[in-house]
Amino acid sequence: MSEHEYTPKSKVGKWFNDRLPLLTLANHLTDYPTPKNLNYWWTFGGILTFCLITQIVTGLVLAMHYIAHADMAFQSVEHIMRDVNYGWLIRYIHANGASMFFLAVYIHIFRSLFYGSYKSPREIIWIIGIIIYLLMMAAAFLGYVLPWGQMSFWGATVITNLFSAIPLVGEGIVTWLWGGYSVDNPTLTRFFTLHYLIPFLILGLVVLHIWALHVPGNNNPIGIDIKKPSKDTVPFHPYIVIKDGFALLMFMIVFAFFVFYTPNILGHADNYIEANPLVTPAHIVPEWYLLPFYAILRSVPDKLLGVIAMLSAILILAALPWLDTSKIRSAVFRPLYKQFYWILVADVLILGYVGAMPAEGLYLLIARVATAYYFLHFLVVLPILGFKERTTPVPLSITEPILGGSPNLAAVKKKDTFKDQ
Amino acid sequence: MEKKTKRRDFLFTATYAVGAVGAGAVIWPMIDQMNPDASVKALASTEVDVSAVDPGKTITVLWRGKPVFIRRRTQEEIAEAKAVKMEDLKHPEKDEDRAKDPEWLVMLGVCTHLGCVPLDQKGDYNGWFCPCHGSHYDTSGRIRKGPAPTNMEIPEYKFVDANTIKIG
Repeated sequence: MSEHEYTPKSKVGKWFNDRLPLLTLANHLTDYPTPKNLNYWWTFGGILTFCLITQIVTGLVLAMHYIAHADMAFQSVEHIMRDVNYGWLIRYIHANGASMFFLAVYIHIFRSLFYGSYKSPREIIWIIGIIIYLLMMAAAFLGYVLPWGQMSFWGATVITNLFSAIPLVGEGIVTWLWGGYSVDNPTLTRFFTLHYLIPFLILGLVVLHIWALHVPGNNNPIGIDIKKPSKDTVPFHPYIVIKDGFALLMFMIVFAFFVFYTPNILGHADNYIEANPLVTPAHIVPEWYLLPFYAILRSVPDKLLGVIAMLSAILILAALPWLDTSKIRSAVFRPLYKQFYWILVADVLILGYVGAMPAEGLYLLIARVATAYYFLHFLVVLPILGFKERTTPVPLSITEPILGGSPNLAAVKKKDTFKDQ
Repeated sequence: MEKKTKRRDFLFTATYAVGAVGAGAVIWPMIDQMNPDASVKALASTEVDVSAVDPGKTITVLWRGKPVFIRRRTQEEIAEAKAVKMEDLKHPEKDEDRAKDPEWLVMLGVCTHLGCVPLDQKGDYNGWFCPCHGSHYDTSGRIRKGPAPTNMEIPEYKFVDANTIKIG
């Protein structure tokens, strides 16, 4: 993997490494040359790894006490909360951990959008990331069903019914997913199995995500290709490790605040009522991290087209490396893109807000405008912007704007444009 | 250059074909095991005693894990359902085709939009109203307003005797 040869110092190390080059891998990871200008938005990769491990560990422990049966699931969750030693803590970490995971992944995705990290040669990293994101949503949905409360049951009913929009085979697929004629015990047991499986699929994809990242190396805030190793890079350890570690501590403070002070604020009170197939709660709302897509689903008056719009809103991201025609990666040098970027951020936040509101009157109108703009951004604005936008000059290296001495005089003159980034 | 089918090409094709059949034979049980099993199918019919249901009342029974509304309709409701013009309906169905005996409406209490349970005696058409995404149904359970694509479904049912309905 590494360009330079590595030989362990000890004899035993050398003997082992010749048979399984784990030490070479460890050396590659610690010495890995990293752009020296990475800011705190780059620390969310590490934070996400922490989130995944937290979910796997707490989930494993919860599975020791949880019973995946329609008659016992609800009770077993209350048993975890009241009887199991520290069960309340472990469950609150797991439940809030899902929200923290999505918070971090949204920052991670929007960082990529701002700095153009999805562009050549990093398309595969980006697409693996989108698959991870899809699996995260699947895991979150499946996990939400397991406590078998009212929101679990009706959320499962509504989401699985989305498949019934498919012409001809839709109803058959829904029955197949349920293992019956409604959401019931067979549905719960298979959802538990899949909820247990998906985090390990994500773990495998994270390895591929990092592997693919280590081929071209990190993008950086000014979005230029850098020579590595060079004056523009620092070794991953200790520089990035310390920075990631500090950011992770800050993140854990936020995480702990939710777990210890307001553990239920991100959930719904209705989920503390046991599932009842005869009564639907008055307001069915998904968890906050799915609200923008829920708003898109509801903004389309036709059932099938609504489902298609919702799926397209996610899948369109996979085509982003080709929809964005600009050769310049970082928004720092793209004055127009930078504005459209913030409009998109606002648009997604608005979609999230109207997704939590009833789908009627003004809310519905806002949802429709915001949905239309979302697609407009990716399908019209980005392709045109690449041709029309006048970008500002890009420096030749990370150190060049500070130390000067570049043959690119225009870049030196314009250094004020990026000095404060 | 002349391309001739050789014995080896035939062997490759035959091997792939047998391999594909074998793979399919292994995959199908893995997929089909998720379909409703024998114990679920065994519960496919339910008998309900309706002798205690007065006109204007609805009872809800569970059939295949889903609510079934059994409503004994009033004369006004029947008249209202029959008076609706077909061209006003999103999913045109005559009331006679939905309620064999006009007094009894037996239908799945499941909104055809995304599967919630609509509320009785609510909405703009004196029938049902779904609280999830705002679909309005009339006294025959037909969709009149909102996102649901079709009328609420009528299950297979028959009167075993004057007081008993067998669903399924």
